[in-house]
Amino acid sequence: MIPEGDLLHVVTRDAISPARRAAGRLLIWGSFALLVGVALVQALNAAGRLDLGLANWRPTLYAYAVWATCLCIGQVVLKGEQGKRLVFVLPAALFTVAMVIFPLIFGLTIAFTDWNLASLSGRKFNGWDNVRQMWADPFYWNALGNMVWYLLAIAVEYAIAFGLALLLNAEIRARRFFRVAFLLPLMLSPVAVSWMIGKSMLEARFGPLARLARWLGWENPSFFGSPEIARLTIMVMDAWTFIPLMMIMLLAGLQAIPKELTEAARVDGAGPWQSFWQVTFPLMLPVSVTAILIRIIFKLKLADIVINVTAGGPGGATDTVTSFIFREYRDRSNVGYGTLLAMVYLVLIVIFMTVLMKLADRWTRPRT
Amino acid sequence: MSAPIFRDGEGDLGFRMTWWASRALIYGVLTLWAVICLFPIYWTVSTSFKMAPDVMQGNLIPWVDYRPAWLGWRSLGLSPDTIGAESTVRAEFLKRFANSAVTALSASALAVVLGSLAAYGLSRFSYRFGPMRNADISFFFLSQLILPPVVLALPFLVLYKELALLDTRIGLILLYTLTVLPIVIWIMRDQFASIPTELEEAALVDGLSVWGAFLTIILPIAAPGMVAAFILSLVLTWNEYFFAALLTSTKAVTLPVMVASQTGSQGISWWSMAALSFAAILPLIVIGILLERFIVKGMAAGAVK
Repeated sequence: MIPEGDLLHVVTRDAISPARRAAGRLLIWGSFALLVGVALVQALNAAGRLDLGLANWRPTLYAYAVWATCLCIGQVVLKGEQGKRLVFVLPAALFTVAMVIFPLIFGLTIAFTDWNLASLSGRKFNGWDNVRQMWADPFYWNALGNMVWYLLAIAVEYAIAFGLALLLNAEIRARRFFRVAFLLPLMLSPVAVSWMIGKSMLEARFGPLARLARWLGWENPSFFGSPEIARLTIMVMDAWTFIPLMMIMLLAGLQAIPKELTEAARVDGAGPWQSFWQVTFPLMLPVSVTAILIRIIFKLKLADIVINVTAGGPGGATDTVTSFIFREYRDRSNVGYGTLLAMVYLVLIVIFMTVLMKLADRWTRPRT
Repeated sequence: MSAPIFRDGEGDLGFRMTWWASRALIYGVLTLWAVICLFPIYWTVSTSFKMAPDVMQGNLIPWVDYRPAWLGWRSLGLSPDTIGAESTVRAEFLKRFANSAVTALSASALAVVLGSLAAYGLSRFSYRFGPMRNADISFFFLSQLILPPVVLALPFLVLYKELALLDTRIGLILLYTLTVLPIVIWIMRDQFASIPTELEEAALVDGLSVWGAFLTIILPIAAPGMVAAFILSLVLTWNEYFFAALLTSTKAVTLPVMVASQTGSQGISWWSMAALSFAAILPLIVIGILLERFIVKGMAAGAVK
């Protein structure tokens, strides 16, 4: 656990005069009133009550920026030394709140509408219709089912990444070359990878991998023909890009293990197999759990490769939730329904990750 | 010739055999994986210099199997004979490239500034925002990592339309900053926790303010971590496709979106696609080779406690 908070405890004696305090309050509340005022005027303008000719909501955005700045300055004016400390966290917090909380609330209000950007009529509240539609939508459930398959593939990725990390940690020459080479797939843009591998190397007639498959005895190699093979291909491509991430984390974990421990195990007569399972692996458990959790988080966002290589096909076999919603918007402009699907996905993820983190916490806690 | 006096015993010979066998196995596996990692890149580079028959015959080695031609790069307007001439494709490519560079660099810089400040504050002082204490605030920031982009995508699409931020670089920069902010905070928290507080205490005693101590004492020490966070953010934002595909249409289109749109129009002009793909990944390959140390450091931070 990273130690946090109150490490730098300094007692300060700020003599803040009442006048200064009043100025601080005025700054904060004045700018806040400005924000509320601008937002109100804009709302009236949007509703058609006032005709100011404002084309967009930019003024409200600027007012928010002004208020955020005044809030930060006001803290210092109002609280002196304590305020200066607040200013460290405040900008990031204000930024995140504006960029996450507000859109999320806004998203909730469109999730229950029949808003379609292609239709002429505006949005209309339609209650639980979207939920009912989702319940009966086989493609959404299919996409969620696919996510389970994709998540299970992480076990294999983890095994490979661990093996590679062990190799890189061994006494080898040209370690830097191998490390850079192994790291490169992570640096490549998934879109470029989908062309480089998905569209050209796996191309059934001329692609080098198709040639290799034919040479190995596969009559008509088709990597996206049947649902199972297509899903497997996507899994392999995604694994190719993200194995380095887990590998580097595991490598860092391996390098943090003191040499004395494995040496002591060897002196006690443990073979390499035994010393790995009895010493190295248990010590690596916390790092492994962190690496796998981060990998799961990235896996749940998997979309770029699917969108660009298979577009979900054949028959939705490779669809992820993200790529499905992407097409729901791109092909049908169905903003309301798509947002609801995304919100449901978010709820599922939050529940899943909370359970997972609780379990991980229990597993990695040292047994006493 | 008499037998050597000192020689390896039977047991030692067996040991050396297994040692050589394990060496061969280790290097064999390492080489195999290096080939798996590097071959797609090599394939892309070589294909960008091929002509149609070479692609169909699957020729692999330049000058032996086939004669390199500038075909792919000519279609991008980047070959030696077209580099001087006007080229709409090149202009388009450079515009996308500039968009990608500007958004990725500014978003990473903004995220590093905001994230470092927050991480430093959280690692040194205790806060209370209502019921939230330091651990909760940290969790609030880090939990943004879980948020899937698709949840924000559609609300942002509508919001940006209202704010006239659709298809602008600023809109993308703000969103990208949000997506990499938790990672920056994760890395920097780890960095600041490893710096002893005695340094600031000494600086405070010497009369510096909290911010003065942070800017003049702590920042230089934490700079390698900040570079690591910056590079990692750069990688993620440069490659980002999902938001860019939804929120840009003409002006602010980034490189991944351009690559993806070219893939759609399959004219089997593999050489030009290969050239485009390679041009899109080249900056990060260079960064990966030169700054590998920082990337590894960034990813390892937080994994080991």
